[in-house]
Amino acid sequence: MKLTLKIWRQKGPKDKGKIVDYPVNDVSEDMSFLEMLDVLNDDLVRKGEEPIAFDHDCREGICGACSLFINGEAHGPGRMITTCQLHMRKFKDGDTIHVEPWRAEAFPVIKDLAVDRGAFDRIQAAGGFVSVNTNGNLVDGNALPIPKADADTAFDAATCIGCGACVATCTNSSAMLFVAAKVSQFALLPQGKVEAKNRVLAMVEQMDKEGFGNCSNTGACEVECPKGISLEHIARMNREYLAASVTKE
Amino acid sequence: MSKLDSKIPEGPMDRKWTDHKGHIRIVAPANKRRIDIIVVGTGLAGASAAASLAEMGYNVKAFCFQDSARRAHSIAAQGGINAAKNYQNDGDSTFRLFYDTVKGGDYRSREANVYRLAEVSANIIDQCVAQGVPFARDYGGLLDNRSFGGVQVSRTFYARGQTGQQLLLGAYSALMRQVGKGAVKMYDRHEMLDVVVVDGKARGIIARNLITGEIERHGAHAVLLCTGGYGNVFFLSTNAMGSNVTAAWKAHKRGAYMANPCYTQIHPTCIPVSGTHQSKLTLMSESLRNDGRIWVPNTLEDAQAIREGKKKGSDIPEADRDYYLERRYPAFGNLVPRDVASRAAKERCDAGFGVNKTGEAVYLDFGAAIERYGKLEANIHNIENPSPEKIKELGTAVVSEKYGNLFDMYENIVGENPYLHAMKIYPAVHYTMGGLWVDYNLQTTVPGLFALGEANFSDHGANRLGASALMQGLADGYFVIPYTVGDYLADDIRTGPIDTKTAAFDEAEKAVTDRIDHFLNNKGTKPVDDFHRRLGKVMWDKCGMARNAQGLQEAITEIRQIREEFYRDVRVPGSASEFNQELEKAGRVADFLELGELMCMDALNRNESCGGHFREESQEMDGPQKGEAKRDDANYAYAAAWEWLGEAGKATLHKEELTFDVVKLTQRSYK
Ligand SMILES: Cc1cc2nc3c(=O)[nH]c(=O)nc-3n(C[C@H](O)[C@H](O)[C@H](O)COP(=O)(O)OP(=O)(O)OC[C@H]3O[C@@H](n4cnc5c(N)ncnc54)[C@H](O)[C@@H]3O)c2cc1C
Ligand code: SF4
Ligand code: FES
Repeated sequence: MKLTLKIWRQKGPKDKGKIVDYPVNDVSEDMSFLEMLDVLNDDLVRKGEEPIAFDHDCREGICGACSLFINGEAHGPGRMITTCQLHMRKFKDGDTIHVEPWRAEAFPVIKDLAVDRGAFDRIQAAGGFVSVNTNGNLVDGNALPIPKADADTAFDAATCIGCGACVATCTNSSAMLFVAAKVSQFALLPQGKVEAKNRVLAMVEQMDKEGFGNCSNTGACEVECPKGISLEHIARMNREYLAASVTKE
Repeated sequence: MSKLDSKIPEGPMDRKWTDHKGHIRIVAPANKRRIDIIVVGTGLAGASAAASLAEMGYNVKAFCFQDSARRAHSIAAQGGINAAKNYQNDGDSTFRLFYDTVKGGDYRSREANVYRLAEVSANIIDQCVAQGVPFARDYGGLLDNRSFGGVQVSRTFYARGQTGQQLLLGAYSALMRQVGKGAVKMYDRHEMLDVVVVDGKARGIIARNLITGEIERHGAHAVLLCTGGYGNVFFLSTNAMGSNVTAAWKAHKRGAYMANPCYTQIHPTCIPVSGTHQSKLTLMSESLRNDGRIWVPNTLEDAQAIREGKKKGSDIPEADRDYYLERRYPAFGNLVPRDVASRAAKERCDAGFGVNKTGEAVYLDFGAAIERYGKLEANIHNIENPSPEKIKELGTAVVSEKYGNLFDMYENIVGENPYLHAMKIYPAVHYTMGGLWVDYNLQTTVPGLFALGEANFSDHGANRLGASALMQGLADGYFVIPYTVGDYLADDIRTGPIDTKTAAFDEAEKAVTDRIDHFLNNKGTKPVDDFHRRLGKVMWDKCGMARNAQGLQEAITEIRQIREEFYRDVRVPGSASEFNQELEKAGRVADFLELGELMCMDALNRNESCGGHFREESQEMDGPQKGEAKRDDANYAYAAAWEWLGEAGKATLHKEELTFDVVKLTQRSYK
């Protein structure tokens, strides 16, 4: 098929950036979206032009590196998939496709479609862990049975890939879904309970510092989240946060 | 004289590690503060090492080329992690895990290392549970297990099909905790481009800030390479796009020996290639072989009809199907080790029985599993005389609960519903058992330079068993290096900070910038991928699932040609002082072009078949084992460690003879 791509080009963080049109031919429906961009880039390099920068690594929906806003949707059309899992059979001959980077104050553009999501790492460093050192003498893994339902819900929360689609989708650029997923995973597990209060307070404080917006419960994040992280986790985090704030010294 | 001293401790196998730990030198807490350690890589090996060393009090700098430590390639591991917990009471033990791993590796690994790995495996699970890793649990709330290939016990711990993700996020959270405390300084979007050796010791690295392009010098008392495997030398593999050999290769060029580079694992169950645009291949977890049955049609006519789209897999009646693994290996059936399963698939496809357009695919079929589970569920729920549709429905639900995300992934890529039509799969490059040679302490032949995880050659011999790479990465990082690095660093408590304004750093930095300048000023005509793809094809055709002397010699000549052309004709746009992904790729492919040649040399040298390395000249010619790989213990029971001699294609071979004191060398039979 033949397509017209309208792609955001921005030389660096300070450049203003603009949309540039690229016609592409011979797109096969078996290609992934990123493979289609590879073919375009190949062509650009041969012509002596600069290829389009975009983040990606695993190309199977798990590393969370890829991050494109395609036709107004984070990770493009299709639910529960990342950009790298999007295949061209979702499009048809003659389509025009708009491709932009994540837009959020806390995710500054580095170049073209690549953005800086370091804020997520800093939130994690503020409290997204259980304080246990490496130790060869811990109690046996089975000494602490965990009800299957809790383990499963904790797992669901833990599948967040840190891609930032929730932030990119939110009109307020809120990072609540991302933060809630981590808080919730640990809140559900006995190992995480000990530090639950400090954790939620510290992570939320860091989130605010990074310049993410407030959550107004529109639920757009849940829809675009490639891992289906549920809004329930936000509710759980709010409860945790409230409880922690009330009892805070 | 060869520098290969494996430093295996004295004493009985099951005492070696404990005694060694008890006797090696340690660095006192107050002195650890005076010692800097660089950890390159934040996968399971790197993140666990960096976090543990920082907890102990060392100053750690950690590097990764992704935008976050959490995105290291380990994140993509699906199936699980082994540990000798014997929770299933099926007779598992440290010894059995050790034995299975040595046998699975086709007797080409170092016994003492493997024993240690099995020994610490149980601790890994406890550590991860304590960190809040949400492993799968049964209804009693206890940890669940599944089986993987090449073994007859159930010792694999898992978190649905995302075990690597959950383990890595556990290690990453431990790492970020130390970053938050200031004990680790994290350098993401940084690529290490050289090791700096001062007076014979590794004392730092040269790294490029991938955003600004700045070339940085970092000094340290020890450097740990945890930089993963080099499967991408084949261009197409299941590895992440950025996985590369650069760090290990630079170390090799600075004196670290590269061991068994030809040992490549080709994974039997991957989604077949769909066209020339293909950028990578996707693994379908080995856990699928627990329930999926692998087959091709019995007759060439049926196979042809399927390829031409005139028939579907479901049109072929049971009697006309060839479940070739069950037929050839009745004892292990679909759960034979990976190398065996891959070769068997290739054998059937080469004989004309392949089932997709290209003729390079076999079926992985869940029909029988859906029926079996459906009947079981019907029983559990007291449904009498369930209809076939009901059975299918119930069975599908069970299969979906177990493997749902993998089935979704398949459907997404292929555009066909795997619950209704058997999946099509084919082998693909997946893992590299070869890597930097290390001694028992995980130290390379360069003092102060250590290698952990997939980057080293250590524990898997000529073939890695499923769910053992995650185990090894975490064993190395959590439980081995924290002890062994101390023994080395005990000499450095008075050294003081490493000065980076020295001739050695000048020289290394200049080598890096010269190379970058070469690429950018080379006004060639072809993009980097062009050369990478060509290299990959040569490697796959001639140094892939089956190898022979003539092919390997041809490959060496072809790789040299591609390399020469690459330097002459590659085009790298942009500049050095910006985010430049083509430049990153150029550096990586340049190293692959040298590594590829060494892999072929190593494969040529090893005129025997073992594990993933199958030399066509060395197979059983008759008897019940006809066509199976033939090892040659008299001549090749050694690890081949190659020393760089200043130029690609020139390397000297050093041999580490492997002795087997505990496990008896026998032909590996899965019949
Ligand atoms: C699809 C897939 C599924 C798998 N499933 C399983 C499984 O179920 N069970 C199992 O046991 N094993 C599995 N494996 C194998 C296993 O995942 C890997 O062997 C293992 O995760 C490697 O871990 P590592 O820490 O050694 O390296 P990696 O996780 O590859 O990490 C390498 C790190 O090094 C960094 N790096 C590399 N080069 C440089 C450089 N020059 N400068 C700076 N940083 C650098 C990277 O940024 C990264 O942080 C699977 C592999 C694949 C591909
Ligand atoms: S919550 Fe979902 S959208 Fe947000 S970072 Fe995690 S996986 Fe991405
Ligand atoms: S590239 Fe890893 S999730 Fe898309």
